Amino acid sequence: MSINHHASPFVGVLEKDPKISLIGTLAMLVEAPGEFDLVQQGRIWALADALSSWPNVQEAVVGVTNVMLAFEQPPDDIDALGASLIELWHRLAPRNADGKLIEIPVVYGGELGFDLPAVAARAGLLEREVIRIHSEGEYTVCAIASSPGFGYLHGLDPRIYMPRKSVPSLNMRAGSVTIGGMQTGVAALDSPNGWNAIGWAPVAMFDPRLEQPSLMMPGDRVRFRIDRIEL
Amino acid sequence: MIEILASHAFNTIQDLGRRGARRFGVSPSGAMDPVALEAGNALLGNDGDAASIEVQTFPFRLRFLADMAFALTGADHDATLAGRTVPPWWCMRASAGDILTIASPRRGARVYVAFEGGIDVPRVLGSRSTHLRAGFGGLEGRPLQAGDIVPTGSARNDASKHVDFGAEPPDMAIAGSEPAEDRVLRVRVMRAGEHILFSEAMRATFWSTKWKISARSDRGGYRLTGSKLTLAAPVEMRSHGVVAGVVQVPPAGEPIIQMSDANTAGGYPKIAAVIQADLWRLGQAPPGSFIAFEEVGYQDAVAAMAPVTSYLAGLRATADLYRAL
Repeated sequence: MSINHHASPFVGVLEKDPKISLIGTLAMLVEAPGEFDLVQQGRIWALADALSSWPNVQEAVVGVTNVMLAFEQPPDDIDALGASLIELWHRLAPRNADGKLIEIPVVYGGELGFDLPAVAARAGLLEREVIRIHSEGEYTVCAIASSPGFGYLHGLDPRIYMPRKSVPSLNMRAGSVTIGGMQTGVAALDSPNGWNAIGWAPVAMFDPRLEQPSLMMPGDRVRFRIDRIEL
Repeated sequence: MIEILASHAFNTIQDLGRRGARRFGVSPSGAMDPVALEAGNALLGNDGDAASIEVQTFPFRLRFLADMAFALTGADHDATLAGRTVPPWWCMRASAGDILTIASPRRGARVYVAFEGGIDVPRVLGSRSTHLRAGFGGLEGRPLQAGDIVPTGSARNDASKHVDFGAEPPDMAIAGSEPAEDRVLRVRVMRAGEHILFSEAMRATFWSTKWKISARSDRGGYRLTGSKLTLAAPVEMRSHGVVAGVVQVPPAGEPIIQMSDANTAGGYPKIAAVIQADLWRLGQAPPGSFIAFEEVGYQDAVAAMAPVTSYLAGLRATADLYRAL
């Protein structure tokens, strides 16, 4: 426990330290304390930005209220590194969701949005209402993870939460607009997928030929626009 | 150039992997046995990171379309070039038209074929490694198949130079790496973030079990069977970055070790992580074989890399001398 510095949003409150753990000698995981919220996520983004330029840090990999550092070489003094990280965590101001605004046109329903009826049924809503709720939201890219270019989007309306499937759909198309639990996302690859497809977007989420291959990056905001509805 | 004549599933072009792209959701890929890959390149005088073929299904056959030197490293296997035996951990010169055949290993899982000048496919996000799941890198992002023509780089070495010599494999050269008599591979691990959440009894089970690498194991990860590790209360983990070697325990209790092609993110409790100095040994453990975990601390894990580094440096220096003879 340590007392916060003034730049922190919880001035004067005793705040827990992040949890720091090693994954072998070449990676260190820093996990924010407490429940998920966008302020904590913004502090993680700020931490990741700052740490990316530290010596011996190959990259800072943002997760959901955590960041993993991948090192070039095993650090000499793990304890000192951990202490510096904690000090920085308490001192840094959170970064706002100040990235670019990405507008994604969606063909809702139809052949590629095959789970839309199930989502509507579970929510007790009409399919058109699910589409309206989903397309009216504004979402924040928390992290890019699990597969190339796949963004974890926060901001889904609780009325259309939908648990992941226990048996994944075998070959979901890249561009599928999906709901998984409390999150929504756009599949970046053709692959098996346990999320629920409610539509499809003709947008390349990932292009390995680009220096910045992922369309979405942490801190970006996303809006889905109704391009067409196929019911 | 070379031509692939016979290749079963999942033989791919790999180098030491893609660095710095996890933040885009891109796993590093790269050779499962990076020591063997680097050693093959050292024998030929290539950069250590030059791309080679990782052969994990056999038999594998290719034809040389030009005169060039090549090296075979990795699993202990039989191979022939134009009908003549090529020993494992050996480099020699092939003539255009020669056919190289690699049979199933006696021990180990993966053979690396390195070529003078390295395989010359375009780098994608800084690496020539095949990313199978996303379909890029290597040759068109896919496994090799019969009929493929694979470009190789221009030779750096004078063709008159001596290339017909071998190296002692690292599991013989590095003390403590030799296979155990009971055929159980000892793998050193460090504790990871959620180790302490497992009860003492569960931790004891983790250390004492001879874990079998199940048939459902591949370059993405090794699924282990033999015991079940359960938590008193389920732990909700948020999605976070992971690296190769991490040992995660899904709710069903059978651990999974993430390997080269693993997702960049994980969400299961992490009981341990295989140290860098033993990842290459694990990369040679085939499905059906057994492993057991031994705990080491951070300093010992770091120190364990010194013999590996010095083995590779020694091999390169010796190979440079031989080629100059």
